[in-house]
Amino acid sequence: MVRSLRVVHYLNQFFGQIGGEDQAGTACQVKPGPVGPGLAFKALLGGQAEIVATVICGDNYMGENLEQTSLAAAELVAQHQPDLLLAGPAFVSGRYGMACGAVCQAVAQQLGIPTVTGMSEENPAVDIYKAHAYIAPAGKSAAKMKDAAQAMVKLALALAQGQEPEPGSYFAQGKRRLVVREASGAQRAVQMLVELLQGGEPATELPLPNFEKVPPAPALTNLAEAVIVLGTEGGVTPVDNPDRIEMSMATKWGRYSLEGLAAMDPERFTASHGGYDNTAAKQNPNRVVPLDVMCDLAGEGVVGSLAEFFYTTAGNATTVDNATRFGREIAQDIRARFQDKVGVVFTST
Amino acid sequence: MLICTLTSIAQSVGANRIVPALGIPHPLGDPSLSAGDERKKRRQLVQKALQALTTPISEQTIF
Repeated sequence: MVRSLRVVHYLNQFFGQIGGEDQAGTACQVKPGPVGPGLAFKALLGGQAEIVATVICGDNYMGENLEQTSLAAAELVAQHQPDLLLAGPAFVSGRYGMACGAVCQAVAQQLGIPTVTGMSEENPAVDIYKAHAYIAPAGKSAAKMKDAAQAMVKLALALAQGQEPEPGSYFAQGKRRLVVREASGAQRAVQMLVELLQGGEPATELPLPNFEKVPPAPALTNLAEAVIVLGTEGGVTPVDNPDRIEMSMATKWGRYSLEGLAAMDPERFTASHGGYDNTAAKQNPNRVVPLDVMCDLAGEGVVGSLAEFFYTTAGNATTVDNATRFGREIAQDIRARFQDKVGVVFTST
Repeated sequence: MLICTLTSIAQSVGANRIVPALGIPHPLGDPSLSAGDERKKRRQLVQKALQALTTPISEQTIF
């Protein structure tokens, strides 16, 4: 007889039946067997899998120290030697979604087992964690618990059995895999063209990435009071590139001092970016980071002041996930240093 | 705001305030000009960037 799979379920304080918002600061704890929505999952899993334990943590406790607490939760999960982790579903709840995503990611990394959660496409955690967890599309609220549980269980069992889950049964993870097709690319392309000419709508084999749209920031009302921050993806760094920012497929960004400088000095700054000829930028890095004229404008009072550092990375074959992360981290870094009166001038090669 | 030459890419990835630049390897420069003229051109472009920052917009805009 096939052994039934061991499943651990992750829930927040509310679904874990500890309490409401007043209990959101509750630390991680473990209850044996299924709890709350776990009972619906138990029914759907039938004899194929058993929820052996439920790890519960308050959303604020998790959210305030996401990285560390999700690792701690993953250790609690590991103690029960599961074959599979289910988390949530979190529906449209941002905090709970972040918690489910972070715990899924930590467990997948530590234990190498499939991790499945469920969220509404509007949950901001989807974009952040879809590459690190299988996230089944779910409704916006717990009224859709039954549908979400069914979708998660179907996905989880397929993964646990090593099957390829159906496209659309989870948010695409942006991973590339080799597949073998009978017809060559040329034949398939011509076939698509013919279908198109006949008025059909051939399905694309390569959906374009779905870039996140951000609402425009409000305009600055008074430049003379504003701080201007410079940045680039043109690979300009101090000459020794102290953080070893990669010239292609960068995994990091840097923030470097401009203190006391009136221009980008080629003796101090260089450019290493694998996507364009760096000669002109190396000769005069102001061509990529316009510090010289920005200092003039600050001196003339056109702008209030200039930040004494700039942000940089090399935007060459950078993954969309990394680029999105850079943007988010840099924006947070700027926000932590300046309040509203800040203008950001970034350049791209 | 973003100063770049490939404005269509900037649009497709979601930049909101976009100012067209002078060239891919030197967005704010032109090695064929004298140093003085080049710097003047750079200043004009940066002023346009500052103007973009002070312009209210409701959708992606190329200045």
